[in-house]
Amino acid sequence: MTTSCDYVLALADDALVSAQRMSWWISRAPELEEDVALANIGLDQLGQARALLTYAGALEGAGRTEDDLAYLRDDREFRNVWLVERPQPDFGVTIARLLMLATWQSELYAALVSSSDATLAGIAGKAVKEVAYHVDHARLWTLRLGDGTEVSHARMQAALESEWPHLEELFAPVDGAVVDPRSLRDRVMGRIEEVVVEATLSVPQVAPAIGGGRRGLHTEHLGHLLAEMQHLHRSHPGATW
Amino acid sequence: MHFEELLAGDGRVEPRDEMPDAYRRTLVRQIAQHAHSEIIGMQPEGNWISRAPSLRRKAILMAKVQDEAGHGLYLYAAAETLGVDRADLLDQLHGGRQKYSSIFNYPTLTWADVGAIGWLVDGAAIVNQVPLCRCSYGPYARAMVRICKEESFHQRQGFEILHTLAHGAPAQKAMAQDAVDRYWWPSLMMFGPPDDDSTHSAQSMAWGIKRFSNDDLRQRFVDMTVPQAEVLGLTLPDPEIRWNDERGHYDFGAVDFTELFEVIKGNGPCNRERMAHRVAAHEDGAWVREAAAAYSAKRAEAAA
Repeated sequence: MTTSCDYVLALADDALVSAQRMSWWISRAPELEEDVALANIGLDQLGQARALLTYAGALEGAGRTEDDLAYLRDDREFRNVWLVERPQPDFGVTIARLLMLATWQSELYAALVSSSDATLAGIAGKAVKEVAYHVDHARLWTLRLGDGTEVSHARMQAALESEWPHLEELFAPVDGAVVDPRSLRDRVMGRIEEVVVEATLSVPQVAPAIGGGRRGLHTEHLGHLLAEMQHLHRSHPGATW
Repeated sequence: MHFEELLAGDGRVEPRDEMPDAYRRTLVRQIAQHAHSEIIGMQPEGNWISRAPSLRRKAILMAKVQDEAGHGLYLYAAAETLGVDRADLLDQLHGGRQKYSSIFNYPTLTWADVGAIGWLVDGAAIVNQVPLCRCSYGPYARAMVRICKEESFHQRQGFEILHTLAHGAPAQKAMAQDAVDRYWWPSLMMFGPPDDDSTHSAQSMAWGIKRFSNDDLRQRFVDMTVPQAEVLGLTLPDPEIRWNDERGHYDFGAVDFTELFEVIKGNGPCNRERMAHRVAAHEDGAWVREAAAAYSAKRAEAAA
């Protein structure tokens, strides 16, 4: 089976857009150790995005580089899920989202390591170790916030409620997928729910959001994120940086 | 060994050694100011992370700003060996009772400013900080060894950003020149007031905290930077810069210190924004720190 460019773009865009949101925290974190940790996580995600974008460009075969794909596509061409694209100025939301994304990525990359696509297996082999740390970091903060103060418990529960509807989109089928996203669902949900319960929080009972990121249908927020991310690059067509 | 003997033998004072209160206070003030500068310094460069013009540059910049947070951590830890704590030092920063380097009160208006900060500001910081690796207070000296290594990496990255811009399209070259024009004089001010007006210098020299005078360090920076500007193909905004054979140094124009004193007083272009950003991060994060403290108290209780 041939790996589709769209599939690799989906994984790349999840990582890229998440890194862009994560980097917002650098200089804004609750404590200095967390500035370092969130920067580290964002850097890992950016590194994964770069490797995946380069591979997507190769699969496409039109000579597009990682920067062409990151900076010169419009939002309708992005393939990331809604989970990662909305602003995340609340620390609890950031942690809830990281718990979900990283747990999903950890199952995904673990499966890709043994796939027949050698390039993806190589990228996944490095990424799987990085996201293990992301899951651990998100888990520890979920425990601290869930089982910390009354205020933090309420805020973390609210964060879970706001992000939970976006979990389902991670498991939506993608054409040309190397690992069928549906096959990851039980393990990912099981692991996330285990952390939620350990943190004395409750598993939200909410309907899934519609979500159409894999088909290029996004929230209004992605356009703003890209406008900011892309403007300098696009202001100087063809320039080298 | 007695404090004076240690200093006389160029030894290192360690946290458990006896030391005069004034020496301790001077070090706390200086190390805290240095730590605060690292964390406030995250803001002007952090301003360009979301807009970095390539993914490679974005990654380099994120790693750099992350390093600054790391430097802040080592420095607060060094200050804590003197019996103060980080939370109190941060309160003093937030209350305006302790300072940070005035250079970070200038805005980063274009991408080239990220290059100029790396090349000039980190370059000036290195000239200031290399002698601190031999500072008489051990924990500070050791923190500086690590910091200087990373700073010199940052300085080369800044130089490389400007080199790429200066050899790029005309608009890129203009952007680089504009950034250097704006950051040159504030970088010279980073060495502090002229020796005749420097309030703390003489005592710090006697204590082995400071090794060279402000003016000597400023001269060293100019001597190092002028040839690098030639390699970049950019000019420095001072018509009086020329080699002086007799002195064996570059001459340069007089620095307008009235600007420095205005910025120190709080009237620089970004003083209020920098402080508001820092205080907001601190206040918005209070519930998270409280949760972490409550959680670890519960764990400790459960284990007991």
